[in-house]
Amino acid sequence: MSHFTPLSALLGGLLIGGAASLFLWLNGQIAGISGISRGLLQPTRGQVLWRFLFLAGLVVGAAAWYVVSPAPVAREGFPTSWLIIGGVLVGFGSSLGSGCTSGHGVCGLGRLSLRSLVATLVFLSTGILTTYVVRHLLGGQ
Amino acid sequence: MTNPDKVLGFLDVTGDWDPSLLFVLGGAVSVTLVSFRFILRRPAPVLAPAFQLPTSKAIDAPLIIGAVLFGAGWGLSGYCPGPGLALLAAPGNQELWLFVPALFAGQALFLLWRRFFPQ
Repeated sequence: MSHFTPLSALLGGLLIGGAASLFLWLNGQIAGISGISRGLLQPTRGQVLWRFLFLAGLVVGAAAWYVVSPAPVAREGFPTSWLIIGGVLVGFGSSLGSGCTSGHGVCGLGRLSLRSLVATLVFLSTGILTTYVVRHLLGGQ
Repeated sequence: MTNPDKVLGFLDVTGDWDPSLLFVLGGAVSVTLVSFRFILRRPAPVLAPAFQLPTSKAIDAPLIIGAVLFGAGWGLSGYCPGPGLALLAAPGNQELWLFVPALFAGQALFLLWRRFFPQ
């Protein structure tokens, strides 16, 4: 538990919650990153610019943070195939399940949506199970 | 949340467990739980004509299967969409240049699949 960082985690969480609140208050939408990004793949009139700007803000915000604070040291030798398979599963799964950690987790739980609570519990459980299998049965990173 | 080691350290409950991510989610939800109540009392958002909220309440197979697949990909890679995209800004992390295109490929695959098997 030497790497436990509750204070920065809590502060980051409060900022994420604040950002999701602002987006709902100003724009009236759920800040779900998977849904916002998927919309770029089916561009329709009036639905491209705001999505692009939102995601660009996400990247620019992180870039600004890395100016003042060093980025976490990147993993070395993490299997390429796991990144690709993981990415495809995350993209397909969050589309089929209508949300990811932001849409179901941060916003759905905030709306007291039972659907989001179920999704969050399911993806947390499968995430834990997958990590167990990969790290402890397959001996991965 | 933008550190995959911390994400996997959180999901690895039987290993050297790092509960930090619980504080991220807890912090975020503690804000939205309160703020959303007040915001959704308004007749409309500030800059748009109406709120656009998900209407489905169904706890159905797509929800569960989707969450299972998403959790598996998250646990395998240590990335979910938000942190994955944000980390494109991280100097020295090349992993996202594989993960993010794969994420969009997974979404494209879903859209293609939906075209052949509409709901």
